[in-house]
Amino acid sequence: MTIWAYILSALQAAIPAGTPLLYGTLGEVSAERSGVVNLGMEGMMIMGAVVAFGVTQTTGNVWLALAAAALVGALLALIHAFASISLRVNQVVAGLALTMVGTGISGIMGKKFIGMPPRVQLKPVPIPLLSDLPVLGPLLFQHDILVYIALLLVPALWFMFYKTRWGISLRSVGEDPATADAMGVNVFRVRYLAVLFGGVMAGIGGAYLPIVYTPAWIEGMTAGAGWIVIALTSFAMWDPLRALLGAYLFGGVRILQYRLQGQGVSPPLLNMLPFIFTILVLLFSAGETMRKRLGAPAALMQPYAREER
Amino acid sequence: MNGLLRIRLEKRLDTPRWLGVATPSLSVLAALAVIAGIFWLLGVNPFLAYYRIFTGAFGSLYGLSETVTKAIPLLLCGTGLAVTFRARIYNIGAEGQLLVGAICGTGVALFVPGIPDPLRLPAMFLAGALGGALWALVPAILKARLRIDEVLTSLMTVYIASELVNYLVYGPWKGLRESGFPYSDKFPLSAQLPRLGVTRIHYPTLILAIVAAVLAYLLVQRTRWGFEIRVTGENPQAARYAGMNYLRTVLMVLAISGALAGVAGVGEVAGIHYRLRYPSGISPGYGFTAIIVAWLARLNPLAVLLTGFLISGLLVGGDAIQLALNLPAATVNLFNGVILLFVLGGDLFTRYRVRVEFPGRAMRRSAQPEREATI
Amino acid sequence: MPDPALAVEMRGIVKRFPGVLANDHVDLAVRSGEVHALLGENGAGKTTLMNILYGIYHPDEGEIYLKGKRVHIRSPRDAISLGIGMVHQQFRLVLSHTVAENVVLGLPRPFLFPDRPARQKLREFAQRYGLAVDPDARLWQLSAGEQQRVEIIKALYRGADILILDEPTSMLTPQEIGELMSTVRRMAAEGKTVIFITHKLNEVFAASDRVTVLRQGKVVTTLDTSQTDKLELARLMVGREVLFRLVKRPVQPGPKVLEVSDLDVLGDRGLMAVKGASFHIAAGEILGIAGVAGNGQRELVEALAGLRPVARGRVLLEGEDVTNQSPRLLAGRGVCYVPAERVVGTVPNLSVAENFILKAYDQAPFCRRLFLDRAAVEAHADRLIAEYGVATPSPETPLKLLSGGNIQRAILARETSGAPRLLIAAHPTSGLDVGATEYIRQTLLAQREQGTAILLVSEDLEEILQLSDRIAVMYGGQIMGILPAERADLEVIGMMMAGIHREGS
Repeated sequence: MTIWAYILSALQAAIPAGTPLLYGTLGEVSAERSGVVNLGMEGMMIMGAVVAFGVTQTTGNVWLALAAAALVGALLALIHAFASISLRVNQVVAGLALTMVGTGISGIMGKKFIGMPPRVQLKPVPIPLLSDLPVLGPLLFQHDILVYIALLLVPALWFMFYKTRWGISLRSVGEDPATADAMGVNVFRVRYLAVLFGGVMAGIGGAYLPIVYTPAWIEGMTAGAGWIVIALTSFAMWDPLRALLGAYLFGGVRILQYRLQGQGVSPPLLNMLPFIFTILVLLFSAGETMRKRLGAPAALMQPYAREER
Repeated sequence: MNGLLRIRLEKRLDTPRWLGVATPSLSVLAALAVIAGIFWLLGVNPFLAYYRIFTGAFGSLYGLSETVTKAIPLLLCGTGLAVTFRARIYNIGAEGQLLVGAICGTGVALFVPGIPDPLRLPAMFLAGALGGALWALVPAILKARLRIDEVLTSLMTVYIASELVNYLVYGPWKGLRESGFPYSDKFPLSAQLPRLGVTRIHYPTLILAIVAAVLAYLLVQRTRWGFEIRVTGENPQAARYAGMNYLRTVLMVLAISGALAGVAGVGEVAGIHYRLRYPSGISPGYGFTAIIVAWLARLNPLAVLLTGFLISGLLVGGDAIQLALNLPAATVNLFNGVILLFVLGGDLFTRYRVRVEFPGRAMRRSAQPEREATI
Repeated sequence: MPDPALAVEMRGIVKRFPGVLANDHVDLAVRSGEVHALLGENGAGKTTLMNILYGIYHPDEGEIYLKGKRVHIRSPRDAISLGIGMVHQQFRLVLSHTVAENVVLGLPRPFLFPDRPARQKLREFAQRYGLAVDPDARLWQLSAGEQQRVEIIKALYRGADILILDEPTSMLTPQEIGELMSTVRRMAAEGKTVIFITHKLNEVFAASDRVTVLRQGKVVTTLDTSQTDKLELARLMVGREVLFRLVKRPVQPGPKVLEVSDLDVLGDRGLMAVKGASFHIAAGEILGIAGVAGNGQRELVEALAGLRPVARGRVLLEGEDVTNQSPRLLAGRGVCYVPAERVVGTVPNLSVAENFILKAYDQAPFCRRLFLDRAAVEAHADRLIAEYGVATPSPETPLKLLSGGNIQRAILARETSGAPRLLIAAHPTSGLDVGATEYIRQTLLAQREQGTAILLVSEDLEEILQLSDRIAVMYGGQIMGILPAERADLEVIGMMMAGIHREGS
């Protein structure tokens, strides 16, 4: 294989590798834009995975599986929303607790799935005409439908954030909930919806793994993807376009991991790569934030309580 | 919130004593009830499960001794976490610090010649403490210098530490005599901790844990460092105003927490396994379970001595049902998570008076502002 | 019979809060197209009355009529739909967003943004009322006056015919105040009804047609502005002898305690917040820094307290160079700081006793080697509580349970009990009731007599005039001038506050 072809194939593989991260990051960006940190990402993603696998095994219907995964993600997100928004408990610890719950339940549910061959798998769907383009064709247009949906969600979310009234309300709630409340925005509803959306995305992102990527159920198959999503959210500066960049970058790291493993580099050392990379990403974003004087939504992690008038 | 149930939280002016004890207890009970429900949904018989848990943990001498054994790392990590959480530093990396401690202890046990036998174990503990503390300094420095959130960074160090252990036991430290298994060689006798009778209780570590808890309590409540820790945790702005050195506080609490976790790691490899093994064979998540131990103890190191044994009992019982009911090791996470959620929620009751209101009444209520706390 | 010619008529409004009757059978009649001033001291009930009109509070008794029709205003939403808009003292603006985003926040339609109709309307407002603002500017880039314009635009955009302004000039320079007054007059000329709440007499005469005076929850009278004068209004407003008589004895200033030369301090947004500040304070002297908030006072104070780095220049404390030293060291040298926000200087969850030793906890007698001496801490707390009259059930009570005034007393107790050389007090009486305010001012004067050098920053010009020996005015990060109190002339100070005048120190 020529060098060029090698790189191209790596890039092409990076996209599906990064797709679960993209879904998760888009979801978390929305939640954090409204001011809520959801550290339950990992738990929601893995629950999405196990539920999706289970549904495909029983019904053979991929779309039902995705819907179920989205539902499960939303359900867990609802708990997090209730705890963080209505009860105003410590968001960090609540999220962690939910991840533990998700990890635990998925382990229990998934026990009987271990070793099961998948009944269905979502196959890539090349887009006619576009997939025949020289370089861009294989790179972008020969993927499965979930990749395409994610790619479409990026500009859609971008548009929603900056060019619609919904977006203004969402961002205002995250920056200054008191003002948003004074202007008639229902802070609670916006936050709940944002967090639920995050849960749905987490579920779908997690579902991608057993349905498309590694068609099988492996306990703990998200392997920390949910945490990487949290880091990517900062890296993305809470912007959908940068989320795309970050997710595929990490997809690339995963691919690098596999390729180097094939070359005989010690697997545990390679497994460290994504996590070391995550720390580097955090370092980079911190530096950039300080330089650009941009920052997280000002009211991030601060529960909102309407002052008694 | 028109039309929806409105939950009104009124800050409590003070917390009655009994509530401070009753709430965690009730939270745990509520959590157990919910877990029972989840079990039932998953096709597991909850009554059988709880019966097995209880008898497994407390119904036999073996169970009790195992409860004590598993409590040792929980006490050490829990104490450390209680200190860091007091400063509002969320050290989620205790698990990684524990593993690094185990690595360092193993290193001294197997690969450092020239240490006289009676000093080997103390040297191992020292190395483990140092290793854990240094490992904890990674998120500490990132937080203190660059304001990078410690939750993610400390968590990342767990994964990295775990892979480090894997690398060692499958690679350079793979036991010459343990063909095929991801173990290091067995420790020499001088590196093995004595146990209590036929149990697996490695009592030197237990003593260390109890002493550590008491010292931690004194540190936080009675010393000037403890004052700085408390002020930093309660109001970082005031801490700055008072000229307290944030960097030093962060480094101190994380170093303490890391060191204690490291000691726990040494305890596990030197007291139970007598070798370094794959990560989950050393710790089934003690570093994470310790979060609940600390939180349940309301961040009081002395109370950790209580909650540590409680949660440990739950773990031992959990082990029992894993085998009996064919549940995976991840089940412990379920317990941890639900209990934590309920303890968090229960905490609410100690801080606020909760009133649930229906829309009609809410309208009339808003005519008079609440008698809030005067601040 | 309700009068349809009246834009707003409030009859017999009664509003009670625990312990106070805020509005006592208040009647208010505002004609369409007029500018109506609501005058009164702090606590007279003006804001409460307007909050009732805007739907934030519900009256216990009384009725409201708009153009002769009875209305029930249950929430700001209702008020807005009835054409009432309110601009609060604290702006409700998302600082990191643009003007346009702020204007349309909370409006459901249209879905897409930015839209032409919005920009069109903004241009229209600029022309009709002189409210020109760049729709794409970020709020934090705008001055207070411009931000207020955005607030007014927000109300007008939502169809307000009746505009309520609550203490609109508290954050403005005299020049901006002038602009606001002319805007208000233009709006009235275009048929809008404007009600503004104030306690400043000149504003009443600058823009209003009629004025209603409130005192202790009751309406004193309503007059045509053209038929009254400042003296009469002042008498009606106060109605009694001035409450506090502060005794300010002449004190011979001692040697220089604080000397600041050519100080530059960087602000939060990368811009220089303090530029070339130079001044000195002698022992037994109060230097008051006047000026609208946001002109560098906060950054100056933080730099002197060791909480913000000094970019350039020198700070000398009793001759010693303490530029950029830590708060620790400064406290050790006798610099005490009473911050503007109480939350910065206290730990509400800790006990009163622990708050007393917030800065001294690592020194004898409170700390021996590593351990805190509880007995010493308690004894110290008992002493301070008695000496400063801090009302608390016990020294172990969490600080957050004390009233605002008592918390401030506790802070002052801590800061002044150590015989400070330099006391920095930033807005020490803001948000406090009359009694607490008087106590704080007395304490400052007492410290002055004991030879402490005091730097007082306050937005309350009256407070500055009452307490200071010399007055400095800050504008745009620079000291515009320093005057001895006897020569302090409101006009000169006003011009300095607006950046127009300069005077040598």
